[in-house]
Amino acid sequence: MKPAPFIYHNPLTPEDAVSLLASNEEAKILAGGQSLMPMLNMRFVVPDHVIDLNNVTGIDGVTNRDNLLEIGAMTRQCDLMANDLVKSKAPIIPEALEHVGHFQTRNRCTIGGSLCHLDPAAELPCLMAAYDANLTVQGPEGQREIPFIEWPLAYMIPNLAPDELLTKISFRYWSLNHGFGFEEFARRHGDFAIVAVAALLEVDDGKITRAAISIGGANISPVRLVKAEEALIGMLANEDTYKVAADIAQEIESISDAYVTSQYRQRLAGTLVQRALVKAGDRVNRS
Amino acid sequence: MPDIREIQVSVNGEDHSAKVETRTSLGDFLRQNLGLTGTHLGCEHGVCGACTVILDGEAVRSCLMLAVQANGHEVTTVEGLAGEEGELHPLQEAFWKHHGLQCGFCTPGMLTSLVAFLRDNPNPSERDIREAISGNICRCTGYQGIVDATLEAAKVMQGRV
Ligand SMILES: Cc1cc2nc3c(=O)[nH]c(=O)nc-3n(C[C@H](O)[C@H](O)[C@H](O)COP(=O)(O)OP(=O)(O)OC[C@H]3O[C@@H](n4cnc5c(N)ncnc54)[C@H](O)[C@@H]3O)c2cc1C
Ligand code: FES
Ligand code: FES
Repeated sequence: MKPAPFIYHNPLTPEDAVSLLASNEEAKILAGGQSLMPMLNMRFVVPDHVIDLNNVTGIDGVTNRDNLLEIGAMTRQCDLMANDLVKSKAPIIPEALEHVGHFQTRNRCTIGGSLCHLDPAAELPCLMAAYDANLTVQGPEGQREIPFIEWPLAYMIPNLAPDELLTKISFRYWSLNHGFGFEEFARRHGDFAIVAVAALLEVDDGKITRAAISIGGANISPVRLVKAEEALIGMLANEDTYKVAADIAQEIESISDAYVTSQYRQRLAGTLVQRALVKAGDRVNRS
Repeated sequence: MPDIREIQVSVNGEDHSAKVETRTSLGDFLRQNLGLTGTHLGCEHGVCGACTVILDGEAVRSCLMLAVQANGHEVTTVEGLAGEEGELHPLQEAFWKHHGLQCGFCTPGMLTSLVAFLRDNPNPSERDIREAISGNICRCTGYQGIVDATLEAAKVMQGRV
């Protein structure tokens, strides 16, 4: 359980990190290390070069620009949970992070690491899907922006070239009156979810005007329940309406693995969508 | 050829300068280079919590950090919790009183985690404590003594006992 030998690099700027990625074959970025270090210890990955982002400046912190929240890739989960902008503009993020690992791992884990690792059941990708976030990556030729829907290419494979670095995540936050609900089911607190659901709602005069429902864990990457989101528009924000969405969720394409069947995931998706929407509906106009 | 770096780390208030291979974890460095074997390594992939140390005030897994990453930082291990004269930390005292340990393997990680937790949550409920140690596995005690000890330590540390 010890990593194989590698050469360690400690760049101080994103440009230096990118040029190290570009000039070294078999290089791996080290962010919070909470997924990469286990994989190094178990020798699931055996890179020749490890490029540490922990001393790189300018790629962490949260800013608010024209109704967009911009989050640096190296922002740690604990800092997202404590950040006043995040708490007021996107309160679903701290609510979901309560479920991510434990406070000791959240002290190191970064949002960028979570999005690049791209575990199917990870909470942060599920949230970024709900927000239609844009991901900014930097490579030797400059920057490009990727909408979240184009981010997952395959099982745990992000749309990122070997010489590219994720630097920023940005998304438009919802109105102050929006409702939100995050629900997941895991066998033990802090484990990856079997299925997780993020729901956002805007309601006017009792009727739903906007909805986002994102489901993590059911498939190889988070899925938006577009059919249900469309069906909800114009309907009364009540439990009967949410049942319509839950029924659609039960049909969602799901994976089976050694522990859980796809039918079980579908049942969970239905139940959790219902619960997340009830929570979101109760919180509309809370301020 | 091993990749070796010189690092400066403050551990339990004492400055150390050492040469480490870059693939060495902080946990192995503490145990093998500094001889501080209080920090226990159980799983070496982040799930058991036994290796938890306090880095610049925050509880972290020492198996999931490289020793080179601690360069220029401050680390507190279980050896650093007791006072100058060896008097136990109030949390250690409470663990002893409430039978918060049996074999002791998980104890260093429990103590370092809970010391950091109690600083941020001086008045926790039983539920808060159980959630705080959800990432620390104990195969002996059944956790009850640990929770009781932490509840009492919180009171003692606030001068309420
Ligand atoms: C005990 C335990 C429980 C956990 N439970 C959960 C959970 O319930 N839910 C959950 O979502 N996660 C969980 N995690 C995983 C945790 O959230 C991971 O740390 C996270 O997925 C990766 O973030 P990191 O910053 O630690 O990245 P690292 O581990 O450093 O990196 C992960 C991967 O992303 C790449 N990478 C990182 N940052 C960048 C970047 N900016 N640009 C390009 N590539 C990059 C790395 O090269 C590596 O391949 C758990 C971890 C532990 C140890
Ligand atoms: S040894 Fe570090 S968490 Fe188990
Ligand atoms: S006392 Fe033995 S593992 Fe906790």
